[in-house]
Amino acid sequence: MDFSLTEDRRMLSDSLNRFISDKYGYDHRVKVAYDAPFHDTALWAEMCELGVLYALAPEDAGGFGGAGFDITTVFEALGRGICPAPVLGSLLASKLLTAAGADQSALLDGSVRYAVAIGELDAPYDLDAIETEAKDGKLTGRKAVVYGGADAKVFLVAARSGGTLAVYEVKASDAQVTGYALIDGGGAAELFLDATPGTEVLADATAALEDALDAGRLALCAEAVGAMDATNEILLDYLRTRKQFGVAIGKFQALQHRAVDLVTEIEQARSITILAASKMGAEEQAKFVAMAKTLIGRAARLVAEEAIQMHGGIAMTWEAAVSHYAKRLVMIDAQLGDVDYHLERVIATYAA
Amino acid sequence: MDLSFTKEEEAFRDEVRTFLADNLPDDLAEKVRIGGELEKHDMERWHAILNDKGWLAYGWPVEFGGTGWSPVEKHIFEEEAARANAPRIVPFGLAMLGPVLQKFGSKEQQDHYLPRILDGTDWWCQGYSEPGAGSDLASLKTRAVRDGDEYVINGQKTWTTLGQHADWIFCLVRTKTDGKPQEGISFILVDLATPGIEMRPIKLIEGGHEVNEVFFTDVRVPAANLVGEENMGWTIAKFLLGHERTNIAGVGFSMKALEEVKALARRTKRNGKPLIENPLFAARIADVEIELEAMKITNLRMLYTAQTQGAPGPETSILKIKGTVIRQALNDLARRALGPAAAPFPSEAMFGNAALVEAGDVNNAADYFNNRKLSIFGGSNEIQRNILTKAMLEL
Ligand SMILES: Cc1cc2nc3c(=O)[nH]c(=O)nc-3n(C[C@H](O)[C@H](O)[C@H](O)COP(=O)(O)OP(=O)(O)OC[C@H]3O[C@@H](n4cnc5c(N)ncnc54)[C@H](O)[C@@H]3O)c2cc1C
Repeated sequence: MDFSLTEDRRMLSDSLNRFISDKYGYDHRVKVAYDAPFHDTALWAEMCELGVLYALAPEDAGGFGGAGFDITTVFEALGRGICPAPVLGSLLASKLLTAAGADQSALLDGSVRYAVAIGELDAPYDLDAIETEAKDGKLTGRKAVVYGGADAKVFLVAARSGGTLAVYEVKASDAQVTGYALIDGGGAAELFLDATPGTEVLADATAALEDALDAGRLALCAEAVGAMDATNEILLDYLRTRKQFGVAIGKFQALQHRAVDLVTEIEQARSITILAASKMGAEEQAKFVAMAKTLIGRAARLVAEEAIQMHGGIAMTWEAAVSHYAKRLVMIDAQLGDVDYHLERVIATYAA
Repeated sequence: MDLSFTKEEEAFRDEVRTFLADNLPDDLAEKVRIGGELEKHDMERWHAILNDKGWLAYGWPVEFGGTGWSPVEKHIFEEEAARANAPRIVPFGLAMLGPVLQKFGSKEQQDHYLPRILDGTDWWCQGYSEPGAGSDLASLKTRAVRDGDEYVINGQKTWTTLGQHADWIFCLVRTKTDGKPQEGISFILVDLATPGIEMRPIKLIEGGHEVNEVFFTDVRVPAANLVGEENMGWTIAKFLLGHERTNIAGVGFSMKALEEVKALARRTKRNGKPLIENPLFAARIADVEIELEAMKITNLRMLYTAQTQGAPGPETSILKIKGTVIRQALNDLARRALGPAAAPFPSEAMFGNAALVEAGDVNNAADYFNNRKLSIFGGSNEIQRNILTKAMLEL
């Protein structure tokens, strides 16, 4: 048994944490996260030089990582600094291109930003309900809330072709892309396809899509763990320093026990994320990722709501970092399957 | 035991419903329904409509231009107004200062200020909280020093809701620094146009401008603007806290929100089926609905006590706690029902999609985040629990 990170991952974690706290500090983050392109493109290039994207892909695809713990290492750091860089889209795209055996050097060196368009308004999480159609290399449909889509050059789009789900590469310049900020910062887009040309990347793609989505879900879990740790530090600091009735509010037992409950939930969240990371590539991957995303969805919302409540009014302000962490923590649940969606996946494993 | 309303009360409900159907402008109701931001003129317009009918000051006694309604009638009005998506009546002049002046104000103050609240001449805001004095309000530091016929005020207020629209602010200020902190507080009315006042906006978590900070530097206020005696402010503050507690549960808002959540869950789909057919989500809705049905009766029971035995007791804190938890749970469900589509910011971005706008599926994440305030302001839910611990449980 060994719960420590390998030397390589520890170095990546340290350098990414340092990079984000030095360059993507809170003030800068809030400044860029809500205006197009919703992240700092110069910092994107610098971040890619650190090897962040290479860490997400296996060696035979041109990277130097790609395992569950590589993904969690990167995303925990992104979460700790609520970094709005569109890394999630790159991870999903890298997984799909790896499955296709396609060249992804331009993705991994960060020069071409990819986004993956799967969900639709009436099919936010479920592949089965996707309605976008592909016929003779032309795609028609609408993809909703495509993460990182606001300034992606290339979209990998899931569309129905005959009876199966396939993945197509669509150039942003060929489609209608409406970018916008998300309430928790960072960008997304609506992708409107109307007989838009696309090149088939994967023909029968359901398994590859599920696998890519699982990687994304694991990433979001790790991001939440990082953000919960940071939120908890902010909260404890406030409980120690904010005074009412002549004492630090952290002296009130009514708050003390709740702070302990949060720490308990965060440790549980960390554990299930480690468990899910260890199952990546194994037969039980889907089940444990679903378990993790369920627990994280619950824990992250609790941490967000309690952190706001125990701060009082100050956490209701844009100026307070805790409000931005709280938004990120709550909204993670709506990405790639919420608590209920994944609870159903866990329940489905009980069927004989 | 009889849970039905009397014939008169039912007739009253019909009258309110008819009035709302005939007089609430559609565009206002629609704005409220989709959670759009109400502008000053929107609120003023609704106030004026109610004032024409004589229903604006629905909590005031008749002698001051109010309705003289019973607690049950007030409740019926609030419930129907919420159901019809009427804008909320801005409480600072009507529900807060009005009753204070009626109880503690001089005849001159009553004659001068009350009509101006009714006709909309003066928009009031509430200056209680300070950066260092939130839950521990009595520790407030803003100083008012008597100088001839005037008080000179120095200090800072914060969280001033809708102060950007206001003409006047009623403040708790420190007029004595020795003795118990509660004993050195006064209640004073300040014209916001007085030199030395600066108001700065505070941006809230969801991006909206609803609260402000107010800075006072050598602000000279006529001594005649004091309400009650000097150093009587704490008594007034406590009176206000105990006063308008009928709508504290927000039952009408919750009933409306529940309806919206159900409608939303019928429109949005998961796995190719309406979300409401998903047993997990349906169970979440049912859990809240059950709480709300019980809350309605808890609320009516406390109203009944107020109606039959005079003022309600500290147990109304139960209404505040449970009522806000229910409202927040409904905001949470609306956000979940929308899934990723709740995230675009500002939400207008989504509104290339006419279907979503029409459906009113907007601003749900923003509403959810904004309404975290419900359990913080007006005495946080922790403070309410402290009150109950002492006053009701006697622990
Ligand atoms: C959107 C919004 C609008 C507002 N509008 C107005 C307004 O118009 N006018 C106005 O005057 N004020 C207004 N307020 C201020 C509001 O009343 C205060 O935020 C509230 O009283 C809490 O004070 P605080 O924010 O300083 O939190 P604090 O008092 O610092 O509390 C921090 C945390 O400690 C807890 N706590 C404090 N004391 C105890 C205790 N003894 N036991 C257990 N827990 C405790 C609190 O419950 C909270 O969880 C508004 C606030 C908000 C957020």
